[in-house]
Amino acid sequence: MKQYLLSVHVVEGAPTPSDEETQIMFRETGRINDDMQAAGAWVFGGGLTSPDSATVVRVENGATSMSDGPFVETKEHIAGFWVIKCADLDQALAWAERCAAACGPIEVRPFDELSQA
Amino acid sequence: MDLASIYRAEYGRCVATLARILGDINLAEEAVQDAFTTALQKWESPPPNPGAWIVTTARNRAVDRLRRESTREARQAQALLLHQQDEPQEVGPVKDDQLRLIFTCCHPALAPDARTALTVRLLGGLEVPEIARAYLVQETTIAQRIVRAKKKIRDAGIPYRVPAEHELPDRLPPVLTVLYLMFNEGYASTAGPLIRTDLCAEAIRLARELAALMPDEPEVLGLLALLLLTEARRPARLGPTGGLVLLVDQDRSLWNRALIVEGHDLVRRCLRRNRPGPYQIQAAIGAVHTDGAATDWPQVLALYDQLFALAPTAIVALNRAVAVAEVHGPAVALAALEDVDLPGYHRLPATRAELLARLGRDREARAAYDQAIALTSNETERAFLRTRRTELTHPRRPS
Repeated sequence: MKQYLLSVHVVEGAPTPSDEETQIMFRETGRINDDMQAAGAWVFGGGLTSPDSATVVRVENGATSMSDGPFVETKEHIAGFWVIKCADLDQALAWAERCAAACGPIEVRPFDELSQA
Repeated sequence: MDLASIYRAEYGRCVATLARILGDINLAEEAVQDAFTTALQKWESPPPNPGAWIVTTARNRAVDRLRRESTREARQAQALLLHQQDEPQEVGPVKDDQLRLIFTCCHPALAPDARTALTVRLLGGLEVPEIARAYLVQETTIAQRIVRAKKKIRDAGIPYRVPAEHELPDRLPPVLTVLYLMFNEGYASTAGPLIRTDLCAEAIRLARELAALMPDEPEVLGLLALLLLTEARRPARLGPTGGLVLLVDQDRSLWNRALIVEGHDLVRRCLRRNRPGPYQIQAAIGAVHTDGAATDWPQVLALYDQLFALAPTAIVALNRAVAVAEVHGPAVALAALEDVDLPGYHRLPATRAELLARLGRDREARAAYDQAIALTSNETERAFLRTRRTELTHPRRPS
């Protein structure tokens, strides 16, 4: 079994979904979560608040510093993610296809071998 | 058969089977190369079934190698090998393995450039410098593409299996595209000599294998037929001085009859299936061109209409316009090209030039030829276009 990160990418400035669209998205992601759990693929998943609520923590020369805002200012950010486990990339891509239909573009990244041992 | 032709024929098949046994493409390649090195030393004449000899030898060499190495990965691979020993011993390359390898190399998660390089390397057994020469790309670029693609296959867990029936609509087209592009690059090289027979031959060999492995997929048969019917006309494509000869001016007696018969037979098999697709229709066009003493242009145009309905691309529109010119005249064809946009592709201005010349609009034709010449990177094609441009003042064909 391999583990994959499926991250939901949104572009800043994209039109905010209507209440109805948001409802549909929640309903569909709920279904996806149920199906992932039933298939034994679900490891973890969740949605994130907007990047302006992020805090960056650094430790340099033993001193801890904190700063407001996302680590990198970009036009795209991660709005949520799943961690799934499955046999191969094709299975991960099949889940990603469903997630993308519900939430928009999904990036599929395998975890390295050490973290899945 | 000499070792070089055995290598070309068996390399991909053996790597495919070893990749399944060893669960790793790099290990498979090393093992097969080892086995061929051993063959070079041991064979006085090739054994009756060279593929089986290579697979068995490669497998034994891989076991030896893994026993010597003690990394975690190697131990895992060895465990896999030992597990496999309970199963029936391989008697040679397994056909399904090749199919697995083709689908892995052409997985849509790999970059298109990488798919081609990897397919030619692993299934065709072409070395990196040969691939670099064929595609006129730096050796380091090709090597990097192959290394990165193999790493992604491994890290991302791209599976080594033939897709299920319901996945084929997504998974088969990239495979066909790779073979089609491989042939095309051989047939009309972007630079260097116009025709690179090695790439054409390799594309046809792989298309034949694919057709043997998937005889029920009409588009696979269609692609093979298309390649065969195009290849059949190759001997007439260059004149005695090495210049390009247009289809209408070709000496049909030079065409390869055996390939034409085989291609026509495949096209008929496709027609009986009645599940048309872009490759089958292009093959049917090739069949019309190679049927009888002259091309039945209304038939070709009807097929292009069908193709355009299925795949409304600018390239199809351009090729269709050539048929329109033969059926309805150059003015109608020129009008049909008005909205076609193919930035950087020399064949669009070249076709427009040809049509303008036929209409006697020499000044515009000259400008279009200049545009086409500037966009062509192939010397043979450039020379052809220059000749046509010169001929404008001495028209060969009354307009």
